[in-house]
Amino acid sequence: MTLSTMDADTSGLRAVAQVRRGAFTLDAEVTAARGEVVALLGPNGAGKSTMLRVLAGLLPVDTGEVVLDGAPLDDPARGVFVPAAARPVGLVFQDYLLFPHLSVRQNVEFAPRAQGASRAQARALADPLLARFGLTELAGRRPGTLSGGQAQRVALARTLAAAPRLLLLDEPLAALDASTRLAVRAELREHLSSYGGPALVVTHDPVEAMVLADRLVVVEAGRVVQDGAATEIARRPRTEYVARLMGLNLYRGTAGGGTVDLDGGGRLVVADAEAAGRVLVALRPAAVSLHTDQPRQASPRNAWAGTVSTVEPMGDRVRVTIAAVPPVRADVTPLAVAELGLRPGRPVWTAVKATELDVYPAG
Amino acid sequence: MPAGVPAALAVPAAVAVAFLLLPLAGLLVRAPWRGLPRLLTEPAVRQALGLSLLAASSATGIALLIGVPLAWLLARVEFPGRAVLRGLVTLPLVLPPVVGGVALLLAFGRRGLIGKHFASVYTLPFTTAGVVVAETFVAMPFLIVAVEGALRSADHRYEEAAATLGASRWTTFRRVTLPLVGPSIGAGAILCWARALGEFGATVTFAGNFPGTTQTMPIAVYTALETDPEAAIALSLVLLAVSIIVLVGLRERWLRGALQ
Repeated sequence: MTLSTMDADTSGLRAVAQVRRGAFTLDAEVTAARGEVVALLGPNGAGKSTMLRVLAGLLPVDTGEVVLDGAPLDDPARGVFVPAAARPVGLVFQDYLLFPHLSVRQNVEFAPRAQGASRAQARALADPLLARFGLTELAGRRPGTLSGGQAQRVALARTLAAAPRLLLLDEPLAALDASTRLAVRAELREHLSSYGGPALVVTHDPVEAMVLADRLVVVEAGRVVQDGAATEIARRPRTEYVARLMGLNLYRGTAGGGTVDLDGGGRLVVADAEAAGRVLVALRPAAVSLHTDQPRQASPRNAWAGTVSTVEPMGDRVRVTIAAVPPVRADVTPLAVAELGLRPGRPVWTAVKATELDVYPAG
Repeated sequence: MPAGVPAALAVPAAVAVAFLLLPLAGLLVRAPWRGLPRLLTEPAVRQALGLSLLAASSATGIALLIGVPLAWLLARVEFPGRAVLRGLVTLPLVLPPVVGGVALLLAFGRRGLIGKHFASVYTLPFTTAGVVVAETFVAMPFLIVAVEGALRSADHRYEEAAATLGASRWTTFRRVTLPLVGPSIGAGAILCWARALGEFGATVTFAGNFPGTTQTMPIAVYTALETDPEAAIALSLVLLAVSIIVLVGLRERWLRGALQ
């Protein structure tokens, strides 16, 4: 084994965590390479924040291990637990938790001072950070007088002043109002790219995850359900939750001979004649067409009857959910809604081209 | 009277107000205003006042030094028997002060549990230091309760944030915890000081009534009531004035901050 491959093996973060908290169990594995930004995506209560607390050293694992750049931080089997204060891990809290009695500068100087730096050393360390985050003018202000975006920059600068080898961000944009979120998101993306170490961003917003991260780890009910590049997850979700986040229809079934028998009933004709065994089928709502009568088709198509259950506008399209076997979400134009008279309770025919169905192995 | 207040509540409330304020009014009416400057500059009175201020301030200082760390321990560290300990340290709040004085004698007295080992070197009872000990015993729980309550209601995640920034628990306590609960510590210290200033039962039991060394203001008032009622009233006025100043100070400077 050469030195460089050894380095590749041990650098970055590898965490396998099992934590039991009453009825809730977190059982998840997360890795992040040096320079990689990973988003931990999941619904509220999925265990994302618990994972961050484990990595930060605020919560020990029951079993498992946390290893950063080859050094164990938490390994109960070997009796290792490095407490938060001694970990080279920085955590930016969701509501920032800037010390209200300290100025912006004192907040940024807090970590070096706490680790024994002299006043002058701390100042020399904080000055470039304040400048880089556009905080030089605000250095004397108290956190209570800052805007949300400014407070977020102070929080990030304060965390980076500790020179962490792993950076954790808990819902970094949740405390911001919608108008500043976009600008701060772009800014944060740049800061994360230039950070250099492994970074982990917890979020429940798929767009935020895709903009900020190189790779997505989807957590549901304490378990990792999908781990991969953003494009892969957006195209081929593995659970109903991810499919909903990405705005796709997702079906589970058994494939064979160019058709898929769906678990919930119904059969779909697919273009991929090779597909066999347990599969998932993803379908974009925009690829679904709706008709008042049974469509007559020449090309291989799927058509099934159902009734409209909800009709809601989404931007310049209208999302129509149809109760049928299988159920389906369709995106149509407002004109189509008017022409077809779509409203809850209305019977409709759903048609989907076989080529629009993306079939991939389950599990 | 604002409309809609039922008489069944308004009348008892008015009685309560009268009951609380009439004695104070009596004190003001009967006060020997003309003789006041002479009475208050009498050596005995000045001695008692000086001793009271010294002892109450010392007791508050000791309470801050050892009570705040104890409050932190009770609020932040989980250990077996914490609930029991929390109850025990606040016992002096409800214990009759005389009982406190007797207990102190049994511990620190010449033949007390601890005092007997030091009897040949130093005895605490019936000294000014004894006054400070008695006042600290009675008044410190006020500070502990105030500070512990503030620590428990303060957002402990600030301390977690400090930990993730590499601060030890001691650094975190000094630079984050203390400043955040500062107003509550101030309020607790004032309450503690006021309680110590008015302490009578434990002090007179443990330290006695020696003018110049252990005769504090409240004890001087009680003693003067038999020999020189006018002096007793004058001394009472001083304590009343101090109480009002404390109350105003608490309202304006600390309570508001502590409640935020």
